[in-house]
Amino acid sequence: MQAAVKREAIAPWNDPRAVPLIRFEGVSKRFGDFTAVEHVDLAIHKGEFFSLLGASGCGKTTLLRMLAGFETPTAGRILIDGQDVTAVPPYERPVNMMFQSYALFPHMSVADNIAFGLKQDGLPKDMIKGKVAAALDLVQMGRFAGRKPHQLSGGQRQRVALARCLAKEPKVLLLDEPLAALDKKLREATQLELVNIQDRVGITFVMVTHDQGEAMTMSSRIGVMNAGRIEQVGSPVDIYEYPGTRFVADFIGAANMFEGTAKGGAGAVACPELDHDLSVQGAPPVEAGAAVTVMVRPEKVRIGRDRPEPGLNWAEGVVSDIAYLGDVSIFHVRLASGRKVQALRTNLHHGDDSLLTWDEPVFLGWHPADSLVLTR
Amino acid sequence: MKSLLEGRAGRFLVGLAPYAWLAVFFLVPFLIVLKISLSEPQMGIPPYMPLVDWAEGAFKGTLAGYRTLLGDDLYLFAYLGSLRLAAMATLGCLALGYPAAYAIARAPRHRRHALLMLVALPFWTSFLIRVYAWIGILKTEGLLNMALMGLGIISEPLQILETDIAVTIGMVYSYLPFMILPLYATLEKMDLSLLEAAADLGCRPFRAFLSVTLPLSMPGIIAGCMLVFIPAVGEFVIPDLLGGPDTLVIGKVLWAEFFDNRDWPTASAVAVAMLVLLVVPIMAFQHFEAKRAEREG
Repeated sequence: MQAAVKREAIAPWNDPRAVPLIRFEGVSKRFGDFTAVEHVDLAIHKGEFFSLLGASGCGKTTLLRMLAGFETPTAGRILIDGQDVTAVPPYERPVNMMFQSYALFPHMSVADNIAFGLKQDGLPKDMIKGKVAAALDLVQMGRFAGRKPHQLSGGQRQRVALARCLAKEPKVLLLDEPLAALDKKLREATQLELVNIQDRVGITFVMVTHDQGEAMTMSSRIGVMNAGRIEQVGSPVDIYEYPGTRFVADFIGAANMFEGTAKGGAGAVACPELDHDLSVQGAPPVEAGAAVTVMVRPEKVRIGRDRPEPGLNWAEGVVSDIAYLGDVSIFHVRLASGRKVQALRTNLHHGDDSLLTWDEPVFLGWHPADSLVLTR
Repeated sequence: MKSLLEGRAGRFLVGLAPYAWLAVFFLVPFLIVLKISLSEPQMGIPPYMPLVDWAEGAFKGTLAGYRTLLGDDLYLFAYLGSLRLAAMATLGCLALGYPAAYAIARAPRHRRHALLMLVALPFWTSFLIRVYAWIGILKTEGLLNMALMGLGIISEPLQILETDIAVTIGMVYSYLPFMILPLYATLEKMDLSLLEAAADLGCRPFRAFLSVTLPLSMPGIIAGCMLVFIPAVGEFVIPDLLGGPDTLVIGKVLWAEFFDNRDWPTASAVAVAMLVLLVVPIMAFQHFEAKRAEREG
């Protein structure tokens, strides 16, 4: 209970009295007869690290660009800090964007790039100097102030782009795939650093990404997008553990799904392909006879030679593939129905591979509380 | 054939071709002109003395042609007149060409090709005919004056033909494509997210143009200006057709020395001096380009 109270305190989106910093109200965007964004309602709160997550073409970048002012919504309105900015041009919005290509001015030094935005505000020279130095310090690029962008590495350019935005002290910082151009090691280090920087400056971050690991690691909340719509908004834990739709369950992480029919009452689902019922604990009541999907994540499925204890959901099959990833192994088990189910096992000990092997008949089991009933 | 064009030797040969072309059709004629410029004039064919008298084994060169150049103000004024007209034409081309190149570069992709074709379209008719056509437009009872008088803007026809204005108009018209094409090439390459970044950082569109687009299109501006300025300095046809008797340019002086005075050595000296005069801005351009290439790695 203690934990729940604590989470409440840092989750303004759960507080009905909290006023969001950014509001999308029924926002749609059409390009010709293509609908990029369709009727999006979204509230983002001050201090959040909000991620828009989705496959390419899902409308997440268009949504971000509408927030920046580069695209005008076809319908609906956008409010920032209570002000309707739908028709406000980008150069008058209190937001700054970090571009995927970084968009550093190639003819200006690092310091001039950062000073550019401050000069537009007409700040006095010595004040600009101080802010540029502070921004460079924040991203640890002080030594490179005199360099031109082409003399920097990809990671350094990314830092300069970030500093250029932060120097303006915007109400909202928009990040368009900020880490996509970095290699894997650097990307992982930068993820945490970005979160730390956000903590320090206290600016609201809105990030677009197609990388769910990135979104999970960095975000306070994630908006999962599909075909121009927001499928689900929630914390990384919510999105992963309690996906609201089949799409989200499938898009985030791996999911085993069983089609079935609700039997009414407390989460009992008739599952023809398993020849027995599945039970789901804590599922909301679903009308009897409705077509539903039972979803369980691979790491919650136990795999073994013995039949699981009574009370657990179970299935029976043959190991068809084993993916050894070092830290974990993923077993692909083929059921009699032909469906493949994934079970994930952590490789806790050296030389643990004597256990299960290819073509071995195995049982799968999972607790009713660890699965979900999806109706959409 | 295969063995000839493949490998390093083949690359060398292919690379040699343009140099061979330049050597035969530029360097050799230039050396001939240089030789003539150092010869004594004579009445006859050819109208100059040989540079070396083989019978006596003596060198008969003279700098008389160059001395004439320095001695007579006419040549200095002709050079200055050419530079001034070329500079005006270059500015005119830049003023018209930049917006045109910008508009083409920012037009929808499928339309750019057609627009570029329109820029190159005048090349499909003879240069001479196109310049000649301007006489019909600019003369006292020409199209322009008739139109202006018809509209009641002027009551007396303007004297445009046979002035420096007519020459400038003709040069701007003729050389405009050479300004538009390099400008288009640089503007088209520009990353448009830079303008979005500028707007995002609080910069209004016109200021963004001045502080981002303009500096980034500098290589195109310089290339375009060179391509217009250099041939415009030596231009003969346009000043001859559209200019008046007072239009003093080096091209006309060259013509007069060669064909009216038949003083080939002096005419050649004028040509050599013009080349030297033009080599300086070309070298400056090359230097700038090399530095830029170095800077951008």
